Parts: sequence; C-alpha cells; structure tokens
Amino acid sequence: MDKEMLLDWYRQMVLIRRFEQRSSELYQQGKIGGFLHLYIGQEAIAVGAIAARQEGDHVITAYRDHGHALAVGSDVRRLMAELMGKATGVSKGKGGSMHLADVERRYWGGYAVVGGHLPLAAGIALAEQYKETDNAVLCFFGDGATNIGYFHESLNLSGVWKLPVLWICENNQYGMGTTIERASAVPRMVDKACAYGMEGKQVDGMNVIDVYEATQEALQKIRSGEGPQFLEMLTYRYEGHSMGDPLRYRTKDEVEKWREDDPIGILERHLLEEGLATKDELEEIDNAVEQLVEEAVTFAEESPLPEPEALFEDIYVEA
Amino acid sequence: MAEYIVMPKLGFDMREGVLNNWLKEVGEEVQKGDVVAEIESDKATLELESQVSGVLLKYLAEAGDVVPIGANVAIVGEEGEDVSGLSGDGDGQTGPESTLSPRKEEVVQPEEAVAEEPRLTRAPEAKAEPAADGEAPALSGADGTAVGEEYPEGTKATPVARRVAREHDVDLRQVSGSGPEGRIRKADVEAYLERQPEAAEEARPAARFEPTPVAAGPDTSEVEMTRLRQAIGRRMAESKTTVPHFYVTTQVAMDEALALRKQINEKLPDEQKVTVNDMIVKAAALTLRDFSNLNASFAGDKLVRHNRINVGSAVAVEGGLLTVVQKDTDSATLSKIAADNKAMIARAREGRSRPDDFEGSTFTVSNLGAYDVDHFVAIINPPEAAILAVGTASQVPVVENGELAIGTRMKATISADHRVTDGAEAARYLQAFKGLLEEPLRLLL
Amino acid sequence: MARITMRQAITDALREEMHRDETVFIMGEEIGVWGGTYAVTRGFYDEFGDKRVRDTPISEMAIGGAAAGAAMNGLRPVAEFMTINFALLALDAIVNHAAKLHYMFGAQMKVPVVYRAPGGSGRQLGATHSHTPDVIFAHFPSLKVVSPGTPYDAKGLLKSAIRSDDPVLFIEHATLYQVRDEVPDDEDYTVPIGVSDVKREGSDVTIVTYAQGLQVSLEAAERLSKEGIEVEVVDLRTLRPLDMGPAIESFKKTFKAVVVEEGHRSYGVGAEVVARLQEEAFDFLDAPIKRVAQLEVPLPYSRELEQMALINPDRVIEAVKEIL
Repeated sequence: MDKEMLLDWYRQMVLIRRFEQRSSELYQQGKIGGFLHLYIGQEAIAVGAIAARQEGDHVITAYRDHGHALAVGSDVRRLMAELMGKATGVSKGKGGSMHLADVERRYWGGYAVVGGHLPLAAGIALAEQYKETDNAVLCFFGDGATNIGYFHESLNLSGVWKLPVLWICENNQYGMGTTIERASAVPRMVDKACAYGMEGKQVDGMNVIDVYEATQEALQKIRSGEGPQFLEMLTYRYEGHSMGDPLRYRTKDEVEKWREDDPIGILERHLLEEGLATKDELEEIDNAVEQLVEEAVTFAEESPLPEPEALFEDIYVEA
Repeated sequence: MAEYIVMPKLGFDMREGVLNNWLKEVGEEVQKGDVVAEIESDKATLELESQVSGVLLKYLAEAGDVVPIGANVAIVGEEGEDVSGLSGDGDGQTGPESTLSPRKEEVVQPEEAVAEEPRLTRAPEAKAEPAADGEAPALSGADGTAVGEEYPEGTKATPVARRVAREHDVDLRQVSGSGPEGRIRKADVEAYLERQPEAAEEARPAARFEPTPVAAGPDTSEVEMTRLRQAIGRRMAESKTTVPHFYVTTQVAMDEALALRKQINEKLPDEQKVTVNDMIVKAAALTLRDFSNLNASFAGDKLVRHNRINVGSAVAVEGGLLTVVQKDTDSATLSKIAADNKAMIARAREGRSRPDDFEGSTFTVSNLGAYDVDHFVAIINPPEAAILAVGTASQVPVVENGELAIGTRMKATISADHRVTDGAEAARYLQAFKGLLEEPLRLLL
Repeated sequence: MARITMRQAITDALREEMHRDETVFIMGEEIGVWGGTYAVTRGFYDEFGDKRVRDTPISEMAIGGAAAGAAMNGLRPVAEFMTINFALLALDAIVNHAAKLHYMFGAQMKVPVVYRAPGGSGRQLGATHSHTPDVIFAHFPSLKVVSPGTPYDAKGLLKSAIRSDDPVLFIEHATLYQVRDEVPDDEDYTVPIGVSDVKREGSDVTIVTYAQGLQVSLEAAERLSKEGIEVEVVDLRTLRPLDMGPAIESFKKTFKAVVVEEGHRSYGVGAEVVARLQEEAFDFLDAPIKRVAQLEVPLPYSRELEQMALINPDRVIEAVKEIL
C-alpha cells in the first residue's frame, strides 16, 4: 500500500461522502424522488474492498449503492443524472437511486428487493466458473439480509458448487429500524457462515486499510480453490435507513459515539501522522471533489428528461 | 444577502409538514447544518436542518403552521439587513422543483378536435316520415341510426345483428329474434331481409348507391373518411337525387352595403365587427318574411311552414362542413347576428359546439365569397326548401345611366325545391333580397 | 418425419441446442443423475458432464436467481422447476429480477434465461401440486411466456426460447408429454414466439385455446364434426406477447367464440381473450363469448371428484352448443 493508493482511497471516500451529502440536499428540494439510502459512514467498505479486486472481478450490491458505483469509477455526472431521473443517467433514468449500474466496469447494480441480488451473484460466479476463469464476485449486502431466504439458498448453493463469491456483509448494526438482536437468532453474522461450509472473518469496517487487506486475503483464498468466503465488516450509517427515517430506534449519543470513528477521519489521521500527506494536500483533494460533485449536479440539472417513447423501449431485447 | 430556509422533502410521499416549533430565535446565528426547527410529517417528527448560514432574520411560518414542501419558512441573512419587503412567496434561493409533480407535456397525443358527432340540421316542426307502414324507416341522423326513435325497453339484439340491420336500414322492431329471451341475432336479420327484398330496397334508394369500384394499387392510396364527411355525403346524395332542384341567379350591387358596413364597423372593436355574411344572412331572413314557401318543408301531400326564421350559415371545418344556425334571424339585430355567428363558428372550429348550434335551421346561406368565386350552385339541406349560394363581391365594369362605370357586384344563386315553389317565386325572392342589400339601411331595423 | 411424443420433442430440442451452443447449460432439481423427474433430461448427465448438467439443491429462489445471474454474465441457462407449482417460490426472482433487469438498468445487460416448468392437473397430486398458474406469470410486461400444445410446437418454441435474448418461461404439461405428433427429424426448425396458429379450420364457432386446452378442444371438435358442426380452433401458443390476430380473424368469420383453458376461470387467459375480442371486434359479436375453464375449487385428491373440476371435451361441446 503506497501513498498513491492511500490518497486515492481518501479521494474516493471524500467523493462518496460529498456525493451523498449533496444528494440528501437535492432530495429535500424535491429534485430526487422515491427512496434515497445514504452510504455516509460506510465509505471505507466500498472503497477498500473494491480496491482489492482484480480487473475481471464483479461487484454487486443492494440498494445502498451509490458508494459502490463511485468506487468502481463510474461517471459521477451520469450517476447524479440517474438520481434525478434524466435520460443521461446510467440507467437512462429508469432505475433511480436503487438501481445504479455500470456493466462495463463489471458493476452489476444495486437492487431494491432485500437479498434479491444474492442468487444473481451466485449465477454470475457460476458463469465465471463455467468459463474457467479465476474471476470472483464481490457481493455486498446488509445484516438484515442475512435473515431472508435468498441468503440461505444463495450461500448454500455457492458452498455446494464452490462458486467464486466473496460474500461481504456490511453490518451497520440495523436492518432498517431493527437491531440485530431483535432480528437474528445468531447475533454475529460471521457465525452464520459455517452453515454454508465457509469460515467467516470479522473486519473493522471503519478502517479502509483493514477492509482492503481482508478482502485481498479472501479473494486469494477463492482463487486458490478454497471456495466462497464470508466477511463481516462492522460499520455504522450516520444517517437514517433512508430519507424520512424518524430515527426512533437509536439515540443521538450512539450516533455521536460512532462518529468518533469516522472512516474518513481515521484515514486522514493515518496519512497525517505517518507523514504521507499534508493538510494542504488533503484540502486540495477536498476542493477538487467538491468541484467535481458540483459539476455533476449541474450536468444532471441541465440534462433532459427521458422522451415519452422511452417508456416503451427496452422492455424486450427483441420486440 | 438574504437567503431562505425551506420546508424540506423528507420522505418519498411527503407533501407538506407541520412546523412544530422553532429551535432558533430571530436574531440568532445559524450555521449550515444546524437544526433550526422541529417539523412533523404524517409519519414522523423530524429535524429541519438549515442549508444556509447567517443570522435568522425573520420567521415566515409560525409554530403550528402547515407548510407545503418547498415553501419558505424563514429568512437568513446579514445582521441588520432589511427584509421587510420579502414575503418569501413561491420560490426561494433553494428553489424547489418537485420532480414528482406531473409532467407538463402530454405523453399521449390528444384526441382529434372534433370529438362529438354533431347532429345535422333539422327543421324543428318537420315530422319524420311515419314508420307505421313498416316500409321506410325514420330519417337518418349523422351515424345512420334512427334518430328520434326509441326502441321499447331496448331491443335485444347482438352487436353484429345491429350492424347488419343498420347497413340495410332494417327496423329491428320488425324482426323477431331466435336467441335466448328473444334476442335478435345475425341470422334473424338476414332471414328478415330475405323475406322482403323489395321493401328494403325501395325505402332508401340513396343507400343503394354503391360507389363505382376503384382498384387499389401502387398508384393509389387510401384515406379514411371522417364520419362527418360520410354523413354529409349520405345527406347530399339523398338530397340531390330526391329533391327536384332548380336554380335562379341574380347580381347584387354591393356598394351601398359595403359602405354602410364600413361606417358601422369604424367605431366597433374587432370582436364586434359586422361581416358581409352577417348582412347577407339578415337580408335573406328579412326577405323570407314575405316568402313563406321558401321557409318551409315538403311533407308529401302538405307543405309545412315554419313559424320561425332560422338561417343557417355553412362553415368549413376540418374534415367537412357544418351549418351553424342563427335563431329568429329576421328579428335579430345585425350586431347580435354578428356576435352569435362569430361565437358559433369559433366553437365549431374548436370542436366545442353545442347541439343547439346546429339545430332548427329553416333556410341556409352558403358563402364562398372569400375564395374569389364568381357564382356557384348549392345543394339543398333537407328538409329545407331552399339554399342561397353567394359568391365574391368584386369590382367589375357596369353600365349606369348608359355610361360605363365601376361597381361592386356579387352573384347570389338560390337552389329551390320545385315541389314547394317555382321559378317566378324564387326570382321574386331574389329581387327582394337584392333590393334590401342595395338599400341597406333597412337592414338596421 | 417421425411421430414422437412431446417429451421426446423437448428432449431433442434441449440436446440439439446444447450441441449447437456451448454457452447453453441446464440446471434444476434431479435433472442430472436422476435424469429428470419426467425423464426429459435422461442421459444428459453422461453425455454432457456435470459442468453443463447441474443438479441443484432444493432451492427454487436460488435456481431462479442464479440462472438469471449466469445469463447476465454471458451464458444461456435453461433452468428447470420441477413443477410450475414450485416456480411460485421463485416468482420474485423471475418477475422482479430476471424479467426486469434489461429495462431497469437502461439496457446495460440482457438476461437470456429460459425457465422450464411442467404443470398440469388431473393426476391426483392434491391441491398444492396441481395448479395452472400461467396467468400469474403472463401478467408481467417484460417476461415472455409460452406454452405449446403439440410436439411440433414444443420443439420449435423451446429452440426459439433458448436462442432468444429475452427471459422466457416455457410451460410444459405433464399430461401432454405423451401426446404424439409428426415432427420433422434432422431439421433445425424454430417456431416463433408471439405467434398464434390455427390448428383446425371451421366456420361455425371459434375456439381459442392453448396447451392442454388445445387437445381437449381438438377432441371436442372431432365429435362436433360428426354432428355437422365445424369449429375453428386457434392455438395461442404464446401467452405473452399475446397474438390475437388469428383469433380475431376467425371470430370475424364465425361471430361466436369459446375460450378453453386449464386454469381457473376468474382472472384467467379467457378473461383477457374475451376482453380483446369485444374491444377489437365488437360489431361481430353474435352471442356472449364463453369460457371453459377449471372450476373455482382447490383440486382434491379423490379421482372422480378431481375429474369433475377439470376441463374435458363434454364441457367444450356444451359451451359450443349453447351459443350456436
């Protein structure tokens, strides 16, 4: 891990943070509709894990997907345009916040049905196995998803067929408004892995370096034939489940406590303390990101809405 | 520089919020991100974070107010700034544009302008030919179904049976049905037709006119005819073949009429200006007072004279022709005629006509003066007795007192039903009509 | 030409396509070592090996989703649900995921997956194993749903489904597997998805039907013919996209129609066909359009009781005579 990489991770996390904050503002102004699930607080996971992938590896996640889209390097302007439902959006305005995707970069999207993408991940991995490559699939999901039927069936299938999937549980302590203790008979997600023939590992999801190293290690195991792997990354979301969350299920103190471990703050301290960067350098990155996000907002606002004909396009590949 | 704090959208279906209470006072410093108030949506109590920084200068909403999302609730600016003039109505700095509001553009193409099929003109007192003898059915309305006839209790007949009956002008009340509960089916109508071929044919000779077939091919293209066009076609074919038309033409000196019109219109605003057609229509109506045969309908062995004089004016619309009817035209003032006709024509062109606009005409005027027409001959609108066709008023060389001069002349041709009138009467009508227009002051009475 | 069963026709189609395109593979419960619970894939495991013939655990949701995932990433899976009743467990994976992704992600990916599922009532399998829930799947705009009624159509349609870039649900009927018919051998033919077919000509009444209903209607037609009544039988073959052309053309000749389907009457295929007939050919209606369908009851085990609820030629004949 050299300075270049770490600064790039810093930039990516700041980009995600700024993008999410701006999206929140735009949502409150009525320019983004539907549901908006912010990734604020969880940036280290998307950035650290995706940084560890090799070129052919795939990424797929649930609806809290802006962070992953940015971490694979998608065009920020087109992501913002998608949030505003414009024709220039990555999904032509037809997906919205929960369905960003960038297939060229092997990012298969965000998915709204909890757990719905887990078997898709298994299938994508199945195809890699079938084509006899050593590519893997990084499948992200939340703690809540570990209780749905899709989780059980997909992990089991991956275990039994030894599919090259890295199952990454982003445990942000809550499934919407429900704590883990109230939802899961087994409170540590990593303990569920053995039911599918996998060893799990818990990772500090607020530390991007830890995330990177753990992911790298797990991918290594997959590629050397040890079968699918499971990582539980402990993290926290500073905002609600989505916009309009009344936040009755946790206290302000709890949120404040987790803010002390802000992933961006952690990396910043590391960079400064190790002399890998100066405050000015970091501020320069901050400003560049700010500008990039504003450009994206302008682009999105000036982009046209989809044409009426678009309603009927792409229902089938062959009409 | 004053900025606004706005009621935010904090939920995908949130449309308004209640401002429960302010957490910052007027005069207090506010940083972007500070919680300035507690608001309530119908799902939850939430925090309103300011998106602007400065001094809170003025509340635009009070505790307890229900505020729509996007509306301004407070003004923030520099200390001491004068914001007395700012009410904060409508758009604030953070201008709200709900992407959820309905799109302004129509996704679907709007329907054609002429949505409703207008009833074609009919004399109010003209009776339909009696259907009692079971032969000729009632006069057709625009879509070919019997107009003014009600099937008792709604005759039970299948859609295809009704269609076949329509196409052959069969009165369904004459047909017995073999279906359940006496429902009339296609076979029943066909059986009925087989039993009386002659009656069906005699009743509506016009309907037997099949168009000469034209082979469709690479040199032809087919266009759907509007129902209006088809209806006009049926009626004109019927009129031309059953009514013995004859025609008389006269030439009217329009100089006085045009001069009077100019005078009248000088002082009038555009929407009240009198047209030449208005004067023609009035002249035609006034003259009819003395020629009641021409304001009548042929009814077999009698002549039905109409007590009112309602002159219809033919109006070109997309896909055909409509006749808008001025009621009591003889006693209406020129300005009333002008106003009514203008309104009815506008409605007709926009497809918003009222049924009344087309009802009750007793005489029709058709004016092609706008098209440089010398003269033309119109087809009578049954069941009227006559129609007046008017050409362009143009400058021509004329002979006055044995000398050549230039005058404005307009030709008018009356088509009349020889069953109710004859040439001499029609000619006298034209003479009187012409006289009115040539001494137009009488039109102002 | 050979007279083969529908089962054989499906087997042949699968085998031929697997030879033709190496991205085609099959997955499902008991399709490999067992050879398929209806013996459709007997011998495939030995012929193609376990990479291309995948026995899955009992995991319908994973079968539905993983097949879609593999299709997203360049393969052409043919996933089998042991019966269409179990496919209900994968309804979300099929209609919310496989069918939606192409549209929802702005055409960034395509999902060329085929889901095969046999249905069919009347084998005393009890209420949970005897549904014909075709319309539930046909309801959703971005899924294609086909259900052949003859061996010829089965082979041709399955090939079209496998070669299609769209997700297709291919509904088979256990009771139809034994039906025999002429199928050209050694000919690589396809039957287009979304095209109906007149299976029998006639001028008295139009019967609109598909799958099991087709066989029942053809039998009824033979018997009616002996009484001098000639019915025209239109086979829909595809439920979505629905081709009403031949049915409407036929209706405009006969003015009367009966819809025959194996599913329940309410909210069924008949409901859709009747709606379209009266919308597009209102002036040709000479009688109410009848629907012959399964009675509105869960299917019981006891044989005679179950038979009473099913469609059969007698009920079709009765319906035809009612409107003649």
